[in-house]
This record gives sequence, C-alpha cells and structure tokens, in this order.
Amino acid sequence: MRYLPLTDPDRQEMLAAIGVDSIDALFADVPHQARLDGLLDLPRTMGELEVERAISAMASRNLAAGSVPLFIGGGAYRHHIPATVDHLIQRGEFLTSYTPYQPEISQGTLQYLFEFQTQVALLTGMEVANASLYDGATACAEAVMMANRLTRRGQAILSGGLHPHYREACETYARFVGFEVAAQAPAPSGGEDLAGLIGRDTSCVVVQNPDFFGEIRDYSEFAPICHEAGALLVVVVTEILSLGAIRPPGEMGADIVAAEGQSIGNALNFGGPHLGLFASRDKFVRQMPGRLVGETVDADGRRGWVLTLSTREQHIRRERATSNICTNSGLCALAFTIHLALLGETGLVRLARLNHAAAVRLAERLERIPGVQLLNQAFFNEFALRLPRPVAPVVEALAEKGVLAGIPISRLYPDRPALADVLLVAATEMVTEEDIDRLDRELREVLS
Amino acid sequence: MTDWSRAVSTRPPADLAAPLETVTGNRGLQIEEGLIFEQGSPGRCGVDFADPPPFEARLGGLERQGAIGLPGLSEPQVVRHFTRLSQKNYAIDTGLYPLGSCTMKHNPRLNEKLARLPGFADVHPLQPVSTVPGALALIDTLAHWLKTLTGMPAVALSPGAGAHGELCGIMTIRAALEARGERRSRVLVPESAHGTNPATAAACGYTIDPVPGNPRGRVDLEVLQRKLGSDVAALMLTNPNTCGLFENEILDIAAAVHAAGAFFYCDGANFNAIVGRVRPADLGIDCMHLNLHKTFSTPHGGGGPGSGPVALAASLAPYAPLPWVVHGEDRLELAEHKVGPTEQAIGRLKGFHGQMGMFVRALAYMMSHGADGLRQVAEDAVLSANYLRARLDGDLSLSFAGPCMHEVLFDDRFLKDTGVTTLDFAKALVDEGYHPMTMYFPLVVHGALLIEPTETESKASLDQFTAVLKALVAAARSGDGARFHAAPRLTPRRRLDETAAARQPILRWRPESAHLQAVE
Repeated sequence: MRYLPLTDPDRQEMLAAIGVDSIDALFADVPHQARLDGLLDLPRTMGELEVERAISAMASRNLAAGSVPLFIGGGAYRHHIPATVDHLIQRGEFLTSYTPYQPEISQGTLQYLFEFQTQVALLTGMEVANASLYDGATACAEAVMMANRLTRRGQAILSGGLHPHYREACETYARFVGFEVAAQAPAPSGGEDLAGLIGRDTSCVVVQNPDFFGEIRDYSEFAPICHEAGALLVVVVTEILSLGAIRPPGEMGADIVAAEGQSIGNALNFGGPHLGLFASRDKFVRQMPGRLVGETVDADGRRGWVLTLSTREQHIRRERATSNICTNSGLCALAFTIHLALLGETGLVRLARLNHAAAVRLAERLERIPGVQLLNQAFFNEFALRLPRPVAPVVEALAEKGVLAGIPISRLYPDRPALADVLLVAATEMVTEEDIDRLDRELREVLS
Repeated sequence: MTDWSRAVSTRPPADLAAPLETVTGNRGLQIEEGLIFEQGSPGRCGVDFADPPPFEARLGGLERQGAIGLPGLSEPQVVRHFTRLSQKNYAIDTGLYPLGSCTMKHNPRLNEKLARLPGFADVHPLQPVSTVPGALALIDTLAHWLKTLTGMPAVALSPGAGAHGELCGIMTIRAALEARGERRSRVLVPESAHGTNPATAAACGYTIDPVPGNPRGRVDLEVLQRKLGSDVAALMLTNPNTCGLFENEILDIAAAVHAAGAFFYCDGANFNAIVGRVRPADLGIDCMHLNLHKTFSTPHGGGGPGSGPVALAASLAPYAPLPWVVHGEDRLELAEHKVGPTEQAIGRLKGFHGQMGMFVRALAYMMSHGADGLRQVAEDAVLSANYLRARLDGDLSLSFAGPCMHEVLFDDRFLKDTGVTTLDFAKALVDEGYHPMTMYFPLVVHGALLIEPTETESKASLDQFTAVLKALVAAARSGDGARFHAAPRLTPRRRLDETAAARQPILRWRPESAHLQAVE
C-alpha cells in the first residue's frame, strides 16, 4: 500500500524489538468477542488510477455550476477565485500543519490568522474578530449563545429575514442548550415589528443584512432600541462581499456579527467546508467563542503571534468553556485572507460593484416579464421575484434546459404555501450578458 | 570535473563561529516578513477587473461611506508574502508530527485533486436535487464505508468537526431520553477525556461527573458502577483512551451503562488504532464521532476545516440531524425537512449538507486503502507506537504497563532533579527539527508527553526520532539544563510571551496612530 512505509522485514524487526511474536499480541487488551479475524466486506486496496476513475465517475454525474448559467445564491455564492489562492493554500506547510499550539514553529499560520482577524474586523466595521468558526449558521448560533451569556437572558428574537438554515441551527441549539427562540415568519416584503417584540428576557435580536430575500435595510435606528431594552443586536451577513458596497453592521450599531465568508476565496463545495466569520466589540472579547490570535514578543523581544485568551476555551476550561469548538476552518480562512489581500480596497469595492451591476441588469430584465414582480426595494447581488405560478416546477423545467435559475423558496419553506411562487435569484460577476439573455428568454418561454 | 570539496569549507574559522547579526534580521532561508497591512499602497490591486458599464445603483442609499482600510498589493507581493509565511510552519510534509491524539498522518494529494473536481467543488448546495445524483452517491458510499467500519446502522454526516460531532451525539442521546419521557441530569466523563467532552455535555445542560482512572490507566469500573444511576444520561469515553490504552473492561462498562438506562458515547478521536480490527458496535457503543481529519487523513489545514460524522446505534438513528440522504424508489433523495421518517430528527446543526470537500477526500483515502489497507493502518500505527515504547523505555518514564495502542504516554519522572520541565524538553525537540509530542495532556499523569507516530513513518524515521530523544534525555541528565531552558533557539521566533499576550490583548493590526488612541 503506497501510503505505508513499513516493509514486512521492518515489521518483523520491530516486533522483535518489542519482544512479541505477532501483531495480535499488541491487541491483547481487546476482548476476544470483539476482535475481527477477517476483513470487513469492503473493496480491497486500489491504485491511484482506479480511485480516480471511481470517484471521477461520481463527480461527472453532477451538473457543475460553471458549465451552465447559474443564478443560485441563498448563502453560497459562485465567485471567481484567482489561481494564486488555491496554489498557495496547497503549500504543504499550510495544508498539513495542525492547530498552532507550538507558536515558535507555527508563526506562518498564526500571522495569517492575525491578518484574517484584522480583515474581518475592518470589513464588518467591528473592533475584534476571531480566527473562524465552522460556517455562518453555526456562527449565528454561537452569537446567540454569547448574547445569552453577556446579558444573562435567555430569549433570542430571530428576524424572518434570517436564512432558514441559520434559524433551524439556532432552534436546534436552543432546544438542547436551553434557551428560547422567537422566530418570525419569513416576510419577503418586510414590515416586521421587531422592536415591539423585545421583552425583559430578550438577550438579542438577530437580523440579516442583506436579508435572505436580498433586501438591504438600515438598522442604525434599531440598534439603540435594542440597547435601551438591554438586548444586543446580532447582524448576520451571508454574502460577505456585500460589505464592499454597503454600510457595514459595525456602523449600524451591531454588537455581534456572524457571517459566512465563503464568497471570498472559497468554492461552493456543495455546501461545505465553508467559513464562519465572527466579530464583536472589544468589551465582549472574553465571552467570544473560538480561537483568537494575539500579538506578543519572543524571548529576544521580536514581534510574534500566539493563540491567546485560551482560558475561554475547552482545552483549558473544560465544562466552563465559552464554546466546545476546537477545530475551526483554518484553511478556508487562509483562502479568504489571500483572496482579500489580492483584492485589496480597490479590488473589493470594484468586485462588489460588478456584482451589484450584474444584479441590477438582471432585475431590470426579469421584472419586465409579464406577471413577474420584483419584491425588493434595495438589493446587492440577490433579489426575490414573485412569479405568476408555483416556482419549483419552473426551476426544474429551467434546469432541464440547462439554466440554474435560482432557489424556489418552497424548497426551504415547504410549509408556507404563500411563498410557493417566490423565486430567489442571484447574479455575481460570473454572470455574463449571454447568461442574462438566456434566463430572460427561457423564463419567458416556461411561463408562457 | 570540479572538485568542490577543495573550494567549500563547511567549518567557519573560529572568530566567525558566533551567531551572525544580519542587517535584515533574516537568517538565510528564514526571512522576516511584516504584515500585509504594512506593505500595501492605496490603489494597488492584485486582481484586474474592468469597471461595469454605467448603471443606476439600487442600494437604497446605504452605500458604504469612507475607506475600509484594506491594503493594496500586487500578485507577486501576495505570493511572496504567503510563501514566506508558509516557511515559518512545521508540517507533516516536512517531518514527523508526533502529537498524541491528533493523528497527524500523511495527507495524500490524490484526495486534494479529487475534492477539486468541478463535479464536487463547483456544485451549489441548493441546485435542484435532480442535478446532483453523484454528490448524493458519494455521501451514500462514504456512509456505507463508515457504517461497515463501525458496525453501526446509521451515520450522521453534517457535523463540521469532532467537537460538533460530540454535540450532535449528546443531542441525539438527549432526544432519545426525552422520547422515553426521561430527563436525566448527569454525564460521566473520565478525567483523561479531551476538554471538548465536558464542554459539550455542559453545553447541552448536563452536569459533568468526572470518573477517576485506576492505576492501570483505565476507567475504574467499580467507581463507574457506583456513579451510575437513573439520573445519568451517558458515559463519554474515549477508546482507546488518551493514555494510549484500550479499555479492556469495555464490555462490562457498556453493560453497566446500559443496565442503568444510559447511553454509551465514544469519542472516536483515536479510531486510528482499531480501524478494520475492531468495530465499535461490537464494544457496546451507541454513538461515536469520527474525525475525518484524523483517521481518514483529510488535512488538518492549520486548524480545520474538519468533519465529524457520528455513527449511531438503531436506538439513536431516528434523531440524526438533517439533512439525510435516503434511498428513494429509484434514486437517492435528500431529506431536508422533518416529515415522515425524519419526524424525530433533532433538526439542523449547520448550513447545507455537511463538509462535502472532506467527504470526497475521506472516501478517496478509504478506497485507496481498502478493507485490507485500513486494517494494516491500525496495525502499523499500533506497531510503531509500541516500537517507540520499547525503544524509549528506561530513557523516558512510561506511565503505564502493558502494550499501548497507537500512542504512548510518558510522564516527567525521567526529568526529576534535572531542572528541566516537560515544556523545556519539548522545546529542545523543536531545535532538533521535530514538532513536539502532546504535552501536559492527559491530565492524569504529571508532565505528560503523549507520542503518536502514526502508520506513515518509516522505520528509519522512528529510529532517528528515538535516537534524538535518547540524546536529549542524556543531555538533560548530564546537567545541560541551559540548553533546554533557552530552547528553541533555531526557530523563526524563540519562546513567545503568552502571559503578556493575554494581559493586554492585541487581536488585530491598527495603524500606529489608532494604536496609541486605543491604548489611551
């Protein structure tokens, strides 16, 4: 087997050095009735070529997003990733290192995480960010639990504009961790009265911006209302690129930002691995979940980086930790850091503008189709349309014509018939004029 | 032919033997590298995009005002920066990485290549299910391998890493208890457990009741039996445990746990020791997470992403989190909501469908090995750890008797009266070009040194490692304490002041002027 360096003579020599006759002697502590004598009913070892054939055959049965016009977003966005990103993250020194517990020989990982934390703080307009969590949905649940700890309250109000997967993750955590969630109904056209719901036990209000239906809102007048009632404002961002164009949550008074960072540097990957971003205020840092990298000096007084404030974490604090998280999304954070370093201020702003331009052009075309209504007032690169008939079969019909037209809201909200005719459509810089023509034409045809 | 040996001397004259102070602070290939924020210039950009044609923005007047503060760098600057950073990292690609309980084994590049196929990497999670049969087939095949290897009837695939898998497992246990109408309050956790175990159970509202070990490094069965009762929800046991030992009374432990009506959770971080040789189901385990980034070799990436599928007994399977891949009449389906067979699911733990990129890598790894190769993995891992154990016995102090599994635990008695601590010893190993073993964990012995070589080291590599450890032990015992206290000296940075870092945390870069304001 090509990954195993020991030869049979090596094994014999090693057994002799140990002083046993056979490998079985080393498994003597395993109860007899639990020992497998033979091989399990699974295929035998395969060469690289055979594995590549078998797995490539599975890949080829999927419709790759890049092979067709794609208008699907909903918390995962297809953007262009410069070749440099994937090249650099595959350097073995990044790819095959562990969590940086030994700082003297992990300065590479620690320094890029410090740069990552800075980038995330700048982008969200917050003071401090951690070194990543699993994804946006888990970051959202962690944000609610952090708000519960900070306020010593136990009820979170979730806007109906929150991504339904994020809401569902919060509901699962709520049931088992022991807090309440008041989730509002999805409202593509807005009109929620969140302020009126805040009570004495409300730890936080969770809003998403742009919301799940693509609508951009200003929360700067809502934040003080939360604060006056002793609650925190958690702002979720599922399309982090939007912050290259719109006012960041930090400027709107957010206390915690939980976001999905996949859009920068990371592929769609059928939903994972993605990249949880988590940012907050300096005064709350000791209640933050996840790893934090801090600046310090070494024995010679030279600047360096270490994992810090570890007394929040499970490996030190055990049952009193702020979170049970250990492994996070380090390599996805590296991809984000490299891509954003390449973009810089100029590139990020221009890329965001390209996305908005594509979405505006698409909206202008689609809202002219008879019976189609745009539900948004303001949007970034994604918006909701009301079609004159149920969306799911329309999307299926378009997929058969080779156009991935968007997300039927009914897939995420099967129990809400009122939303069955709502379609969520995204357009990034990857969308061409031909793609827009194609969707316009095919959608007209399917609807006619 | 040129005789270079005449031209090049490797030994400097005596007056040049002292450490060289360089103008740059660089030391040959070790190059000092500032932050990207210190290198950028406004207006420079490493990506070329044309501006869009003129259009009317529809941002509702919420345009960002003012600069974000991101630095501008060109592509060559970015490539050089991150390449230099990479050279400051130790990695399994560069050497033995004996971190106990972390299973730092070789990461095959085939797996990277396959995970990047557009048919996996460039597939949107919310594409119509009819366009992703291959993705569902891959998930289903991975599940089949994991179920066969564990002997368990179901596997929940969505958890994002090991600790997330633990959360998933404890949640399903609580859901099963609630379905029985029971509210139990305690979870038993051995003192040698990973910190994530008590943190997870506490997060789910349980009181942690620690179980001491016996002198043989295993769970004390008698104490465990006394602690079990009708208010105990689960035992969370790591097997092999973090002392590197197989819990030889595990069948009795399982029987006792089940007799008390509790569930038996196993932390599968150490599955590498038994894969293909022992099925956890045959040990009476009800629930076990698997770290795909340990046993199944998906790269650890400097701290993730991981993937933590959870194998479940039939009694827990109905509560597995969404989504499920289910066998429909003529094709695989994705069950994303609580309807019909998924009615009792605990709900969603994460966005979308799990760590697909990790699933591809892990399946490629398992198929490459096959049933025979995976069994060999466990055998070689255990053989290598026992070989180190035998070679180092008498130099380092073994904590427990008997053969070990895939990792071997020493404590710091061998350093007694040397003035050298476990930390000093580990840092001296860094100067020798090795990543240290896991230190000060598990907490059940003093000054622990936990060594896990894995199956992907050659005998020559193991021999060299033992020779280095023996030499260091001899140095420590001969009174050369200074070498250890000053270590490491040959690394990009020497020991870092962690206390100062925690006392006044600097968690991001700020421009010099802003920095002063923040301090005030």
